[in-house]
Amino acid sequence: MRPETEKELAEAILGANGALAIRGGGTRAIGTAEGEPLETGGLSGITLYEPGALTLVAGAGTPLAEVEAALDAENQRLAFEVPDMRGLLGTQGDSTLGGIVAANASGPRRIAAGACRDFLLGVRFVDGAGTVVSNGGRVMKNVTGYDLVKLMAGSHGTLGVLTEVSFKVLPKPEAAATLVLHGLPEVEAVAAMATALGAPYDVTGAAHDPAAQRTCLRIEGFARSVAYRLAQLKALFPGREITEETDPGAVAALWAGVRDVVPLQGRAGDVWRISCKPSDAPGLAETLEAEAVLYDWGGGLVWALLPEGTEVRSRLGGVAGHATRVRGTGSAPAFHPDPAPVAALAEGLRRRFDPRGVLNPGLMA
Amino acid sequence: MQMPAPDASILARKDQIVARLREVLPDDAVISELSETRAYECDALTAYRCPPLCAVLPSSTEEASAVLKICHEEGVPVVPRGSGTSLAGGALPTADSVILGVAKMNRVLETDYANRIIRVQTGRTNLSVSGAVAEEDFFYAPDPSSQLACAIAGNIAMNSGGAHCLKYGVTTNNLMGVTMVLMDGTVIELGGAHLDAPGLDLLGVICGSEGQLGVVTEATLRILRKPEGARPVLMGFAANEVAGECVSDIIKAGVLPVAIEFMDRPCIEACEAFAHAGYPMCEALLIVEVEGSEAEIAEQLEKIIEIAKRHNPVELREARDEDEAGRIWLGRKSAFGAMGQINDYMCLDGTIPVSSLPYVLRRIGEMSQEFGLKVANVFHAGDGNMHPLILFNANEEGQLELCERFGAEILKLCVEVGGCLTGEHGVGIEKRDLMHSQYARADLEAQMAVKDVFDPQWLLNPAKVFPLDASESRRTLAIAAE
Repeated sequence: MRPETEKELAEAILGANGALAIRGGGTRAIGTAEGEPLETGGLSGITLYEPGALTLVAGAGTPLAEVEAALDAENQRLAFEVPDMRGLLGTQGDSTLGGIVAANASGPRRIAAGACRDFLLGVRFVDGAGTVVSNGGRVMKNVTGYDLVKLMAGSHGTLGVLTEVSFKVLPKPEAAATLVLHGLPEVEAVAAMATALGAPYDVTGAAHDPAAQRTCLRIEGFARSVAYRLAQLKALFPGREITEETDPGAVAALWAGVRDVVPLQGRAGDVWRISCKPSDAPGLAETLEAEAVLYDWGGGLVWALLPEGTEVRSRLGGVAGHATRVRGTGSAPAFHPDPAPVAALAEGLRRRFDPRGVLNPGLMA
Repeated sequence: MQMPAPDASILARKDQIVARLREVLPDDAVISELSETRAYECDALTAYRCPPLCAVLPSSTEEASAVLKICHEEGVPVVPRGSGTSLAGGALPTADSVILGVAKMNRVLETDYANRIIRVQTGRTNLSVSGAVAEEDFFYAPDPSSQLACAIAGNIAMNSGGAHCLKYGVTTNNLMGVTMVLMDGTVIELGGAHLDAPGLDLLGVICGSEGQLGVVTEATLRILRKPEGARPVLMGFAANEVAGECVSDIIKAGVLPVAIEFMDRPCIEACEAFAHAGYPMCEALLIVEVEGSEAEIAEQLEKIIEIAKRHNPVELREARDEDEAGRIWLGRKSAFGAMGQINDYMCLDGTIPVSSLPYVLRRIGEMSQEFGLKVANVFHAGDGNMHPLILFNANEEGQLELCERFGAEILKLCVEVGGCLTGEHGVGIEKRDLMHSQYARADLEAQMAVKDVFDPQWLLNPAKVFPLDASESRRTLAIAAE
């Protein structure tokens, strides 16, 4: 089914006799949703864009490319740096805003600017009973009632099907640069990223590729300020082998590579995404015995490539955090199970928002 | 303001309930004499007062859990309380409720600079969180005006903002984890030193839920390195519209100030009379603050001033040193005090799209004439978070009610232009009955469904946030189930 309006979507859900598999662009699905496909691509189009108010509202099925083109024209962007998962997951199609929100998809700038959920100002969605619900709005600050906007971000279509989303957007910086530290072992690399992120220079990206032994730190802003901060940052690492990248195209390509997990692309095996305390990351990577690893978010995000069917969660040891299998199959669930009392609350919410259990049933549970 | 009638059966069981609470808490942590419970009869919305059945001050998550378990078994409503600085009546008790205050829980549990987090008990005040990490030049970013007194527990309950959230975000963007006690005493952990949720983002729902889903006893907060420096520039304009356009142009230009504060003429006059900050007498005044190294500050201010000059400012004053910076902020920071000197006032915090600023200010001016009450506007312009201060005389019969009606009209106007009722203070009781103007029935039902899951008997802070008629069936069902 591919409804063209919110009303048609509500009718489609109300009329469903069984499970529905909710689908945006189909580029970043995690796990397997069984059921009749329900596509949101018909709910497309930017309905409001006020560059002076940094606000954009669009149908959930609006392609990311269309939004980026509109923002480009005003020299603005979605600051949470949407990852393109097609290379890693081997998917086709065009990413949509609704899919991005449903996955709370956020790239390297998450460490400084925030995640998709932090830029999401409002949502409209249809719940499992076919009821249209609106929450939040189009203003920057809003504490009117409960924040269902956050609840919908990252709910992977299990609580409702998004029809409209509104975002805070930001101006593109005038310049960007990357400081690259070479040859650091993983523990030292994470420590170096902590030093950089704990310095007053507004680092907006901190990633480490152990295979290439490259630790990358990004600075963005006005040109003179970027030059100043790059020099200050460099001075924090005396005696290290350091290169600087200031060519705009090269800086963008480097961070797109981190964002899209390029080092793990095109290789067989399962891909896991682990969120942990940054200083726990090197030890965690060691116990995982992964075939390849990429650290983002200063170490707080570990991408790991492992042989098919590897049970990752039992290897986390005492490390707090969560592991999601973004690619691969196996007996373990794709999403990290919540502890019992939290799982009971999540299950309770699903029952209330989707009493018949028709929206991506079982996907996250 | 209507509140539900207290449950007579609870009032009759007061001694028994207090005795049970004393079994799990030290003597000095249970307050039940009327002479002492009066201290908890209101928060910063002082127009409404009601002493609670009793107040309890647990010292740990375990004690808070034991208290909630007893109240759950006894079917007694619980009103969580941070420092009692809510402007919306978020901590207003009912006569049949137990106040659960977190004031005794104020310890720092962990500071971790490498991972940029601090873990605290939630009775700790906002400013003292920054204080705890100041020696390493770190700080906690959300900075509500009440930061000297307000507790992290209340910040989380209301998703508090502050003047600097244009750059750093509000509480929800800086909150990484909580330890929370559910109404039945169950203790849960959400988030921690790692980012984002494994499943549903329950942490995001807890933040801003006004103490209706659980009692947060511990929190993991993101801390940031202090910027090298900060400096404001003050500019005056001949009209609100012009100042509004200037705000929009600054934002569009890619400068991201940490704060853009707006004051209108009535506010400028009152502040000047009170604080003698040397403000120019004009229609609208902006204070824009930027951060960074000396050179970066100079670069940003240069761009901002260049933009401002295109709007023919009547005054442009760049702070050259700490002293001048202090003077620029002096008037703004004393705005509420200045109003208090003139009269009683009510402070609203509706948020509007920045583009609607001139229209909304004009309409507020017209309504001020219609209602015969003066209004001064001071607000966070960068994110459209208004703060109209309506002046009235509480001692004059009918003035409070008139002021409330006027306030309601302003908030409806905010909603009409695409904004919301409250940007940072919360709904509490103050905006509870206006929720229908922003949300359709189904929207409120969806929010109330969340409360049904966390607190099926509607015992936590029950008569807040949702209009009484909307929540009535749930609250009465809960009483019947006792």
